[in-house]
Amino acid sequence: MTDYNIHVWRQAATDKPGYMERHRVTEISDDMSFLEMLDVLNESLQVAGKEPIAFDHDCREGICGACSLVINGQAHGPETTTTCQLHMRSIQGTDIYIEPWRAAAFPVLKDCVVDRRSFDRIIQAGGFVSVNTGNAPDANANAIVKEDAETAFDSAACIGCGACVAACKNASAMLFVSAKVSHLAHLPQGNSERKERVTSMIETMDEEGFGSCTNYGECEAACPKSISTENIGVLNREFVRAKVGSTT
Amino acid sequence: MLIAVTGIALIFFVLAHMMGNLQVFAGRESLNAYAAKLKSLGPVLWGARFGLLCVFGLHVYLTIKLTRSNHQARGSVVADSPLAGFLGERYSNQYRYKTATTSSRFMILSGLLILLFVIYHLAHFTFHQIGDPPNITADGVTDVYEMVVQSFRNPLISVSYICFQIVLGLHVYHGASSAFQTLGLKTGSSRKPLSFLGLALALLLTCGNSSIPFAVWMGLI
Repeated sequence: MTDYNIHVWRQAATDKPGYMERHRVTEISDDMSFLEMLDVLNESLQVAGKEPIAFDHDCREGICGACSLVINGQAHGPETTTTCQLHMRSIQGTDIYIEPWRAAAFPVLKDCVVDRRSFDRIIQAGGFVSVNTGNAPDANANAIVKEDAETAFDSAACIGCGACVAACKNASAMLFVSAKVSHLAHLPQGNSERKERVTSMIETMDEEGFGSCTNYGECEAACPKSISTENIGVLNREFVRAKVGSTT
Repeated sequence: MLIAVTGIALIFFVLAHMMGNLQVFAGRESLNAYAAKLKSLGPVLWGARFGLLCVFGLHVYLTIKLTRSNHQARGSVVADSPLAGFLGERYSNQYRYKTATTSSRFMILSGLLILLFVIYHLAHFTFHQIGDPPNITADGVTDVYEMVVQSFRNPLISVSYICFQIVLGLHVYHGASSAFQTLGLKTGSSRKPLSFLGLALALLLTCGNSSIPFAVWMGLI
């Protein structure tokens, strides 16, 4: 059982100024998850008649990408997992700083909840494969080389949590965009729209106000799904191809 | 992308510049003849200088523009330190970097230092505003060799040159491998060799250029 000093970002609304607030939580078990610790804190705040801390969470099993906290200066905290899969035993020291993802393209909605719809708009710009409706195709109708399928799957593992943007000093969304572009670039289904996809997704990324990639690789280290910056290489290659001409 | 292309062009220039300067090891005649040959090119030399200035100017202009837009993308800065905004800090203590190399985090800083150095370097060896102007030898050739050796005997000048070579190395280390990534060349099997090439280029430039003041110190030239 450990007691912690919690320093947490409070902000009433997007247009209100934010500030760091200090709280104390007591008797926290090492086996609790980080979000359970916050639940305990919120319960005590509610009992005291105060406003609980708003934070995003959903599945709490590391697959949905809803949770999003910068804990002691690291996106999703010190482990390579999502915040919901982080346990209190991984936290060093008794002072914990909790902040939202910070990026111009991710405005704070309340406390530690940010608006990540800019990611949705990037996906809407081309992160899909157009399929004419009809029956579901036969599972093995399109034979795909094993290595290609594996590479595509590694890229497809992105859950769109936004940790890459939070960790990047330029708040760049390149890792997110590259994961989707690379996923579809490795599959025959993605082939016919590859030029439009990469051009339009990159355009939307810039319009949304994300920064540019300066290749310093912190996104990869923060990614709970270990998406590699090799995807960014693929994205850049796709972009050059789309701009410089060749048809494939 | 243009930053990457202009960066690679500048790397080619500094490599060529280094190879020319290393002729100092081949002796007085060799270096002086090389310098005289460059000067005798006339309009070609001015064309090359102008082209180089354009590439350099474009590289600097675009990187400053990029840095500004990246700062905007970061959103509000809450950290207290006055350097926080400049260094890209936006979390209350500091973001705990896991993998980013120092060279990659301070590219704009090392770049601006190189800009200052280039101005100093031109004032020193090209326009002779710093230190004594070079002598003209008996057969009418500018004695570049003597100028270099005399300059580097001054410890202030040689130490500052070596320091700037280290900054240049740091800039090229991240810049080169980053440029390959930006151009989409670093995928699959080409990843490791290209990252290594960045390091190799940086070491080659820093060691190659620094060898001249070191050689002067040791009395080799």
